[in-house]
Amino acid sequence: MSTTTKGKRSGFHLTSAQNRRLWITIFLAPWFIGFIIFLAGPMLWSLWLSLTNYDPLVPNTAFVGLDNYREAVADPKVQTSLFNTVFFAVIYVPGTLLSGLGLAMLLQGVGERSGGFFRTVFYVPNVAPAVAVGALFLLLLNGRDGLVNRGLEFIGIQGPSWLNDSRWIKPGIIAMMMWSVGTTVIIFYASLQNVPKQLYEAAAIDGATGWQRFRNVTLPMISGSIFFVLVINSIASLQLFTEVYAMFFGQQPSGAGSEAALFYVIYLFQQAFEFFNMGYASALAWLLFGVIGVITFIQVKTSKRWVYYEGE
Amino acid sequence: MSTAPADVDTSGLTAQPKSERTPAQIAKRALFLLTLAFFTVLFIYPLVWLVFASLKPPDEVFSAGLIGSEIRWENYTTLFDLAPIPRWTLNSIIVTFLAASSVTVSSAMVAFGFSYFRFKGRDPLFYSVIATMMLPGAVLFIPKFLIWDALGLNNTLYPLWAGNLFGSAFYIFMLRQFFLTLPRDLFEAANVDGASYGRMWWSIALPLTKPALVVVFILEMKVAWTDLVGALIFLRDPEKFTLARGLKAIIDNPSVGLESRWELLAAGSVIVTLPMIVLFAIFQREFVEGIATTGSGGK
Repeated sequence: MSTTTKGKRSGFHLTSAQNRRLWITIFLAPWFIGFIIFLAGPMLWSLWLSLTNYDPLVPNTAFVGLDNYREAVADPKVQTSLFNTVFFAVIYVPGTLLSGLGLAMLLQGVGERSGGFFRTVFYVPNVAPAVAVGALFLLLLNGRDGLVNRGLEFIGIQGPSWLNDSRWIKPGIIAMMMWSVGTTVIIFYASLQNVPKQLYEAAAIDGATGWQRFRNVTLPMISGSIFFVLVINSIASLQLFTEVYAMFFGQQPSGAGSEAALFYVIYLFQQAFEFFNMGYASALAWLLFGVIGVITFIQVKTSKRWVYYEGE
Repeated sequence: MSTAPADVDTSGLTAQPKSERTPAQIAKRALFLLTLAFFTVLFIYPLVWLVFASLKPPDEVFSAGLIGSEIRWENYTTLFDLAPIPRWTLNSIIVTFLAASSVTVSSAMVAFGFSYFRFKGRDPLFYSVIATMMLPGAVLFIPKFLIWDALGLNNTLYPLWAGNLFGSAFYIFMLRQFFLTLPRDLFEAANVDGASYGRMWWSIALPLTKPALVVVFILEMKVAWTDLVGALIFLRDPEKFTLARGLKAIIDNPSVGLESRWELLAAGSVIVTLPMIVLFAIFQREFVEGIATTGSGGK
């Protein structure tokens, strides 16, 4: 400090390189701090917890090695929740891909101006908060008089008991989640708009049928977005929580839902914050990370065979 | 909606000028419009129904017809008497505003650091930021709970937004894309004039990327307003609840005495949803652009 008064060159005066480095540090500082406090630190902590029997209500925590992981693999509730989650993902992911693409192509048949209007309409369900969607579907799927069963009755079908019959709980949940297909529609619509018109004209000149145009022009040109939606929706569906938790779990007696609607992250949440088995729940979280990692890896690897990138 | 058929594009590849339309084409067109109408009803009607259900008398919520025997606005006052709705609304507004503004500013800072400056190791470092998006939120539930608990801040609103002070990978990625499109000459001129890097960011980069900043702000508003997991983990007292958490409390306890009050559940859902509908109505373009350009709803 005392040297600062002596001359211009010493003390706080920074060279331009130092100044630049200082500013880079300032700009990136939020990320570094956040990375250590809210990401890397917690990840290591969670990994450590998964090797212990930590329970905030019990004073002594012991290192248990891989016991939590062994226990998880044998836990019937893990098996149930994993089955439910995979069941959901296997129907929901292809379902959103097909219906999202179908609806986006439907919008293409409308003119530019009203296309924008209907795109907005299709997106509206996504605007509703997930917990409100859960509440709404508790009403829509309710008993014999809910809107869904009234609609089915109108076309002569006696609807099932969506909320109490364990065979129909998951289909009801899939229907609820499919209602929010709008995000996928927007992604596909944007992607379809970017397919060069000349390609269709060229295909038409070559005498390509509608199906051939779709198969050989549209699909390859939008394969990048199909891949993106596939990866994002797979990851999201394996982590399904809010809507279903809002409907079937918490303080209300959950009945049939406690088995049929027990999704993986819901079980994890229960273990962590309702039973306070935080060591065990941490192990469940890392298993989930592993499953998601493997699935994403496979999707990325196989994508090279069918995703077409322009300029490659 | 009634204007839709009028501006239907007939110049496409399959549609023919009106005079040459065959009955088969007219039938096809009719089927097309019918399909469009069906999906419009499918996506919109449940929300319209919800609003009307919230105004029905208790025993008519599931009865046929959109409007009950009377319109009961007092359902809302009943709900206000039973639950601290104004308090929850205020909490939600505080969290939403702080979450959105802090994540916008911090992400814009980090994104600028990763786009304007060229330094050794920048790209690997940036990819590590992107890689963190892969991590499932569930891995961080417990340590975050323990950290905020150690700070003595559980059961306050801080855990619901303060993490946003450190930027979010998704928005950093998105804003960096925008910063990279700014011509470098703009900054060089300012550099000659002796402006600091901080000034360049604040007075040149930010004003020019305002549309993108608005997109980030709006997307994060939706994320913060709708967040239930965080509220379930961190909030204990009903006084501290956000609206999303409050609605969950209403779902958990939908009866007054022995009677189920579904119309109150509907009213609660309307209260939580309406602000998002308004936000969407005003910032439609930002929502859609945000999704179409980055491909996701803001997670």
